[in-house]
Amino acid sequence: MPKLYNGGYNMDFEEIMKKLEEITAELEKGELTLDESVKKFEEGIKLSKECSKILEDSEKRINILINNDGNISEENFLPEEG
Amino acid sequence: MEYKALSVTELNKYIKDKIATDEFLNNVLIKGEISNFKHHYTGHMYFTLKDDNSLIKCIMFKSYTTNLKFVPKDGMSVLAFGTISVFERDGVYQLYCKAMQEDGLGSLYKAYEELKEKLQKEGLFDEAHKKKLPKAPKVIGVLTSNTGSVIKDIINVSTRRNPNVYIRLYPVPVQGEGAGEKIVEAIKIMNDKNLADVLILARGGGSLEDLWPFNEEVVARAIYESKLPIVSAVGHETDFSISDFVADLRAPTPSAAAELVVPNVAELSQKLDVYNLRLKNALKKKIDIMKMRYEKCMKSRVYTDPLKNINDQYLKLDMLLKSMTNSVLTKIQKSKTEATKNIAKLDALSPLKTLARGYSIVQKNGKVVKSVNELNKDDIISLRLADGNKDAKII
Repeated sequence: MPKLYNGGYNMDFEEIMKKLEEITAELEKGELTLDESVKKFEEGIKLSKECSKILEDSEKRINILINNDGNISEENFLPEEG
Repeated sequence: MEYKALSVTELNKYIKDKIATDEFLNNVLIKGEISNFKHHYTGHMYFTLKDDNSLIKCIMFKSYTTNLKFVPKDGMSVLAFGTISVFERDGVYQLYCKAMQEDGLGSLYKAYEELKEKLQKEGLFDEAHKKKLPKAPKVIGVLTSNTGSVIKDIINVSTRRNPNVYIRLYPVPVQGEGAGEKIVEAIKIMNDKNLADVLILARGGGSLEDLWPFNEEVVARAIYESKLPIVSAVGHETDFSISDFVADLRAPTPSAAAELVVPNVAELSQKLDVYNLRLKNALKKKIDIMKMRYEKCMKSRVYTDPLKNINDQYLKLDMLLKSMTNSVLTKIQKSKTEATKNIAKLDALSPLKTLARGYSIVQKNGKVVKSVNELNKDDIISLRLADGNKDAKII
């Protein structure tokens, strides 16, 4: 039986998103030096790419779990028509 | 004796008239429990009132239903007011209900209220205990029946919001005996094996009896103990089950649950795009400001004509030098003139010329003798003539 994919929700997403918000706001204030601004900008772009990756790095799966005496397996699930 | 046979219609009409003239039956108040409740699409309500031994059919027309202060449901004990009349076509008498109110609470409803109060007191509904839903869950666990429209609705809405959604359906019976235990088991397994990031517990609409598994204490406790956030979507928008109260979030319908749980990827991507744009604009603005400052600096005379200051200083230096030279030259000239004048004066006063003309200077003991009285016999004197000195003796 193939090992079941365990959860794996990326807790980072919210943190990354929050950080991205902070960095953007900080950069928009315009109080940083040019050097710092460039650094923050690069960091922000990196975070936004990470977020995109989390969103895009998945494939559609609609599965049904089958409990066979405590052994859980999953199969593709197609809801019956009608 | 001959009997005149009545038609069924005539009989029913006779009974109807008989009942209609009975004042007591015209305005009657009945208490009983609602069952077989149907809210017809025409707006009329059809139901049965029953007690332990008997039942009566009831109808409430749309014009009266608007005055109801509650939503009638199966299992509710009510007081119904209206007129008893015969529906001739079916040969049945029924209550034409004009007003209705809740009479205490039906037994199931009472049990529901009691459990709700108990769990509330225990703190199972506390906001503080509620977990936040993950913003980007990778796996959505769904606990519901694998048949029927609920799972289909959830799949449809989820896929629309995130084309790459990962749904794991753990099929559970959603009504009847033992459904509660199966739901509890499902919640535990999803938690123990960490099979999802968030759970949707869902069921379509139904009577209070149908929804009962979601009002069971074991289910409520399993939801409370779940480490995975749970969204409860049980029944219609107007139905509130205990599981709704315990869950981390209540969704009015299963579709709404999917809306709440599955992130709208397009929306999030758009949000990210906006952040990207804001980042770029902010940096560009910063650079523009720096450029402006730089340009302002560069416009300064210091940079546009960097030698001007030096040239100015040179000019000043030259002028000073010139004036210095002039004053020195003047001074020298003046001294020269004075010297010439003095030389001429000196020349005029010089005894040498006088001596050349034949005069001589007499000196005695180094002093010039200006009078004969100063001279005595035998004095040795010195004579100075133009070409030299000679000693002489006074006779």
